[in-house]
Amino acid sequence: MATTEAPARAEAERREPNHGLRIFLIWLPAALAADLIIWFVWGPHMPPGDQSSTAASQQNDINVMAIMAAPVMAFVLVYAGYALIVWRHREGDDEDGPPIHGNSRISATWIGVTSAIVLGLFVFGTVELVVPAGAGAGEGNTPIWRPSGGTPLQVQVIAQQWRFAYRYPQFGGFETTSLVLPVGQNVQFNVTSLDVIHSFWPYQLGVKADANPGVNNVAYTEPQHTGTFTVRCAELCGIWHADMTTTGQVMSVSAFRAWAAATRVQLAALTKILPPYALTYDPNLVPQLGKAFHQAGLSGAGGNYYGSQYPVQP
Amino acid sequence: MAIETQPEKAQEPGGRGPGAPRPGRPWWMRPAIHTGIIGGVIGYLVGHWLGNLIASGYTQVQNSGMNNYAIILGYVLGTVGWLAGLGIFNDLLRQMAGRPVPAGEEETEASSGLARYFRYSLDHKVVGIQYLVGMIGYFLTGGLLAMAIRTELLSPSYHVFSASTYIAIVGEHGTMMIMMISSLILGPFGNYLVPLLIGSKRMAFPRLEALSFWLTPAAYIVLLSGLMFGGFPFGWTGYAPLSVQATQGADSYAVAFGLMGLSLILLGFNIIVTVICYRAPGMRWSRLPIFVWAMLSTAFLMVLAAPVLVGAMYMMIADRTVQTAFFTDSLGGSSYLWQNLFWFFGHPEVYILALPGFGIVSEIIPVFCRKPLFGYRVAAAGMIGVTLLSFFVWQHHLFDSGINPDMRPVFMLTTELISIPTGFIFLVALGTFWKAKIRFTVPMLFALGFYFNFLIGGISGVFLSDVPADTTEHGTFFVMAHFHYTIMGGLVFAFMAGVYYWLPKMMGIKLNQTLGKWHFWTMFIFFNATFLPLFAVGMAGQPRRVYEYARNLTTLNDWVSISSFLLGVSILIFLVNFVYSTVIARVREEGNPWRSRGLEWQVPSPPPPGNFARVPVVISGPYEYGVKDAPPMADLDPPLGVLSRAYSDTVTEGAEA
Repeated sequence: MATTEAPARAEAERREPNHGLRIFLIWLPAALAADLIIWFVWGPHMPPGDQSSTAASQQNDINVMAIMAAPVMAFVLVYAGYALIVWRHREGDDEDGPPIHGNSRISATWIGVTSAIVLGLFVFGTVELVVPAGAGAGEGNTPIWRPSGGTPLQVQVIAQQWRFAYRYPQFGGFETTSLVLPVGQNVQFNVTSLDVIHSFWPYQLGVKADANPGVNNVAYTEPQHTGTFTVRCAELCGIWHADMTTTGQVMSVSAFRAWAAATRVQLAALTKILPPYALTYDPNLVPQLGKAFHQAGLSGAGGNYYGSQYPVQP
Repeated sequence: MAIETQPEKAQEPGGRGPGAPRPGRPWWMRPAIHTGIIGGVIGYLVGHWLGNLIASGYTQVQNSGMNNYAIILGYVLGTVGWLAGLGIFNDLLRQMAGRPVPAGEEETEASSGLARYFRYSLDHKVVGIQYLVGMIGYFLTGGLLAMAIRTELLSPSYHVFSASTYIAIVGEHGTMMIMMISSLILGPFGNYLVPLLIGSKRMAFPRLEALSFWLTPAAYIVLLSGLMFGGFPFGWTGYAPLSVQATQGADSYAVAFGLMGLSLILLGFNIIVTVICYRAPGMRWSRLPIFVWAMLSTAFLMVLAAPVLVGAMYMMIADRTVQTAFFTDSLGGSSYLWQNLFWFFGHPEVYILALPGFGIVSEIIPVFCRKPLFGYRVAAAGMIGVTLLSFFVWQHHLFDSGINPDMRPVFMLTTELISIPTGFIFLVALGTFWKAKIRFTVPMLFALGFYFNFLIGGISGVFLSDVPADTTEHGTFFVMAHFHYTIMGGLVFAFMAGVYYWLPKMMGIKLNQTLGKWHFWTMFIFFNATFLPLFAVGMAGQPRRVYEYARNLTTLNDWVSISSFLLGVSILIFLVNFVYSTVIARVREEGNPWRSRGLEWQVPSPPPPGNFARVPVVISGPYEYGVKDAPPMADLDPPLGVLSRAYSDTVTEGAEA
């Protein structure tokens, strides 16, 4: 019995191709092609673009993660595709497969490789978080990662249902609904809310900071190119959440100075009735603020939403 | 150990509940679903009246014109009335009155047949079927709401619904899917199959098990009733202060989510005790089917995470009624508190939604590869690792919120670490495929679909764990596509695999395989057609839960909407197949159609009352495919005396050899 089986088994082994090598040879060009396409074709157009320093670093970050992810996905897909074709059940073959219960070397290799990828991504992500001063994410009241070089331009973002308003404390604290920024200067957004949680999201600038009532949430960026950008609210804040969107503008430093000086004069009357600039505002000011907005012809958002009974007080 | 110390009587499936007939009473006198509905209506009316009596004079109620007290008391007493009407408290009251409580279930004429599925039943197989039908119903409701959302999003500016109706639909869809579908697999398959898979005659706590099911219809009705008050405008996450400010629909959200949390705790608790204490002799931890490992780790997640949810919902109810200020910043509370509590539940919750899927696919692939599961220990370790790590990642939902920025790298690390044990599930699958003999049956197709979808869902999750990338992706359709890939593409595909694999066991009926293949291919193609473009939509800057969107995204959104309708059609094929196969065609499926080694396939289909005539002795592992002369998994008729010696290692080792 054994004598007839042994040559048959040897024959089968000789005909059995090296599956691992084959899978590797299919995977390698697929992974390479995917990475090259991601880096050179797709990468330069990857959202959120490069209008600001934080946006550019996020674009870079997403591209690096994509070229890490593509070979992993390619490996699983190539392997699974190969298996489903080569090792599918053939008609009339009722035998079970080989009883392989596991292989500690392969398992250890897998765990090692995935851990290395994950830890590498963690280190890379941390660097990308710390170097561009918090990567545009809201850092709370006491930011620990600040941009170097000079005092940044402060812009306070005041969110309310359903509009953003902006105050420029370094220009007399005027409040306007248009967001204008100078190019090539560090900007510090102080984001707060008057009612519920919103999220300030100038998409092309790569900044996102939640607007919490009673909280000053700081985020940094540095616009690199002039042009317009879209501001949206990224946290569900009630029925008109979708319409809480405006367009902002990045302009040259001289144009910005001119705009700020002109707006300061234009809004001087309104600035007088506003509460003095502060990092957060008491929500009980909202009805008065709404009235002030209304009188100044800025009705809409906060102007007539709140009645005297909101917020409910015990 | 439990088996030895339990008297033989306790091994009968449950006590005879109040659902069992008492001689001489007509059917409509016996507690069942209709008495439950009567009890619920009476309870609601009493609660509402009481609330009006107590609170209608309060300044807060008169100012706002909303009496939250009446609504919440109505919901709570209505739920109590519904449970009382079903007869859930009867045994308890009997015991308190000192009257004998029926202990063993006698299979009588009236407790078999279709009627028992509409009663409070203590049989885990009845509860499993009840859960299955209930979960499919909840899933369809959520699916219809999803299609309503996509209908609205066909156009960026032309509206089908009003803005408030739309946001109510979004909230109902999200809450329905997340909270009800938490038990999508644990409810039906966990309850039905865990005793069969571990060789037990029953679950540990049949009354808790039944209660956990009967809370779900109450939660479902309470949640949907929110639409009568205009729904709630805060999605499924219920961020304060929006939720404190919202109208009465928010009461239904808080009560329904709380009730479902309670149901999850009971369900998980029961499964933990059953798996630990009710394993048959010889069912060592190293022989536990991988599906049971998944059930056990999910149950731990439920028991540890859901209490936080119930507490948070209680706080929200207190904020909305008795004017506590847990979440009001100006009064010393914090809106961050809600975010922390919610996501401390919410992130383990997403693994409650993922782990059962891992269990089903890992259970199914060895059967259709005709090979042992590759790296059984790795798979179990992966599930335990995910369970442990899932409690340390919740802050990644708050990356942009402004709290503890210096801890962001830590939560980025824990979140990325969780992808390592999740990757084990792929290692196990790829290892099992090696030199296998893969059979493309319908359950196997759904399992393969699971791996494809979960690969995309998992990889996109790594992008979200990275703070810089998350700054762009947070709160957009990218996130939404990501978790639909893991839940719809993962959990629901695994659920479908489980339905096609185990329905022959549960009902003794074969599902039509041709319709099954149609179902798979349409669902797989249109699922991906629906959700893959949403990654691009999100990256292009469309926030979640929007009513209007940028005009340049119309084409992509239309493509997604149309695909989602076709996805709905594929679910319709499933329904047609389900109804056709179980009601009209009724092709009997005897024995073991998949040639599985599983213990559940050693008993007849459907399993007899009590599952096993005698306590089986497990003598072999569940995945010994291709092992020469491997014995069947269990000896169903062990020789007399073997039970008393079964726990001595020498006997089991001897039986294995």
